[in-house]
Amino acid sequence: MTFLQKVAASILCAIFALMVLATFLLPAHYARQFRDIPNAGPSSGHPLGTDPLGRDFLARLLYGTRVSLLLAPAAALLSTLIAAVLGSVAGLLGGWFERIVLAATDLSLALPWLFLLLVVRAMLPLDVPPLVSVVIAFLMMGLLGWQASVRLICTAARGVRDSDFLLLARSSGCKPARLLVRHVAPNLRPLFYAQFFISIPLFILTEANLSILGLGVMEPMPSWGNLMRGFEDFSTLSANPWRLVPLVLLVIVVMCFQLVLPSQEVAQ
Amino acid sequence: MIENKKSRNLLRLGVRRLVCLVCLGLVGALASATLVRFAPGYGVAERELDPRWSANSVEALRQKQALQQSLPSFYFHYLSALVHGDLGESDSLKRPVRELLRQRFPVTGNSVIRGLGLAWVAAALLASIGLSFRGWLFEASTTALNSLLLSLPSAVVAMLAVHLRAPVFFAIAIVVFPRLYSYVRNLLVRAYDQPHVLAARARGLGSSAILFRHVLPLAAPPLLALLGVSFAISFGAAIPIEALCDSPGLGQLAWHAALSRDLPLIVNVTLMVALVMLAANSLADFAGRTFAGSPS
Repeated sequence: MTFLQKVAASILCAIFALMVLATFLLPAHYARQFRDIPNAGPSSGHPLGTDPLGRDFLARLLYGTRVSLLLAPAAALLSTLIAAVLGSVAGLLGGWFERIVLAATDLSLALPWLFLLLVVRAMLPLDVPPLVSVVIAFLMMGLLGWQASVRLICTAARGVRDSDFLLLARSSGCKPARLLVRHVAPNLRPLFYAQFFISIPLFILTEANLSILGLGVMEPMPSWGNLMRGFEDFSTLSANPWRLVPLVLLVIVVMCFQLVLPSQEVAQ
Repeated sequence: MIENKKSRNLLRLGVRRLVCLVCLGLVGALASATLVRFAPGYGVAERELDPRWSANSVEALRQKQALQQSLPSFYFHYLSALVHGDLGESDSLKRPVRELLRQRFPVTGNSVIRGLGLAWVAAALLASIGLSFRGWLFEASTTALNSLLLSLPSAVVAMLAVHLRAPVFFAIAIVVFPRLYSYVRNLLVRAYDQPHVLAARARGLGSSAILFRHVLPLAAPPLLALLGVSFAISFGAAIPIEALCDSPGLGQLAWHAALSRDLPLIVNVTLMVALVMLAANSLADFAGRTFAGSPS
């Protein structure tokens, strides 16, 4: 691990710790309104001020961090699991199954990621409770974000398929499921980790885009995306520069994730 | 003889790609039809909501619709209408989808092509400069800039573009550039480190001659493949950028359709974008293989 990677990992750990301890650090609940002080500047009671509805901005930021940083890895885990199962089975079995999986992957890769999400989001009801909107947004990303990983995992599994140790396992009567779990998956583990870490910043950015467009996490539930919706009005932003904190935090986290992942693993 | 075989292989590849495109288009159309058919609220006539209609009449109306819209007949009607260029009517805008697509596609196409052009020129230029100045300062500063741009959500880039009154294509270029630059740079560096390029440098060939005669031909096939991929990236970026910059293109149309749950519209927009993407990817792949002269 290089010095820069250690710094990035430390920053990520600090942000995760802050997110976990949010409940104890917060001056108020994220949805509580202080109606007498809307749009207030930073003060001892509200270190990042309040939003136009009088809600504490720091509380919303920390809860938003929790939503984005807990659910993006969860979605990444789901998509990596789907990609691992589909890619490994396709690579191991080969033949028509591999061709079908790769054709489906090609078809969905041909579609820009946001278009795909918009189609699926349009099929689901928009008028849902905030918690459901969070689940929908991240479930959608988890269920639809496996395509790029499948191709890589399938290629790697194809390489393992022709290896001597797998031939030996097959000749000693090992069943396909056992082959997959005991022999193929452990050899592809570094690739799974790499795909998991690559997906996290992608999902964080996608959530931000969807929420800014009003199709992600719904109010009053905060997330980095819907906290940035206020950026549309740049006149208030230049008067209250601390409102940029969600963007700064998002950029730092995404950059740290990019740095933490070793380049050799990305190259794999 | 070898040339003939190569051309035959290329022709076969082209035909295979075309058949693949038609098949995928058909699969996409059927998937779109399925989405429209099974979407919540499909087949509910406004008359059903009229309180003056009795329960029996509403039931009769539903049965009539169900008879008219059995699944095979629905698929048949959808595909035959599609073949005749009838993409249905938008639920929210109450206008033919075909007309909307005809109006919006040139706007997005124009922004995407100009944005892509700008991003490619900037990425290629910076990567070429990087080949000449391989110092740590240049590398560190370009990597930092690239990481920063990669970490910005495209919607934030769009809001910045609105604030700075920058054109839509410029915002698309800002989103696409960092995704291109790292690949272009790696490809050029890899080609530049090849033994024959080293030999050319040792013989005293100028840097531009090395770049155009030895490095670019080697890096061209993967660069052409990257061109196809960059189309998908820029179309994806067009959604938040057009929506927030109020540019009347396909991205804004898709966003509007998603917000108003206008399924016939969004499904047809997506189908069209998918076909354009597949065609662009196939063309880029075909061009790459033709350039490399090694058809599979």
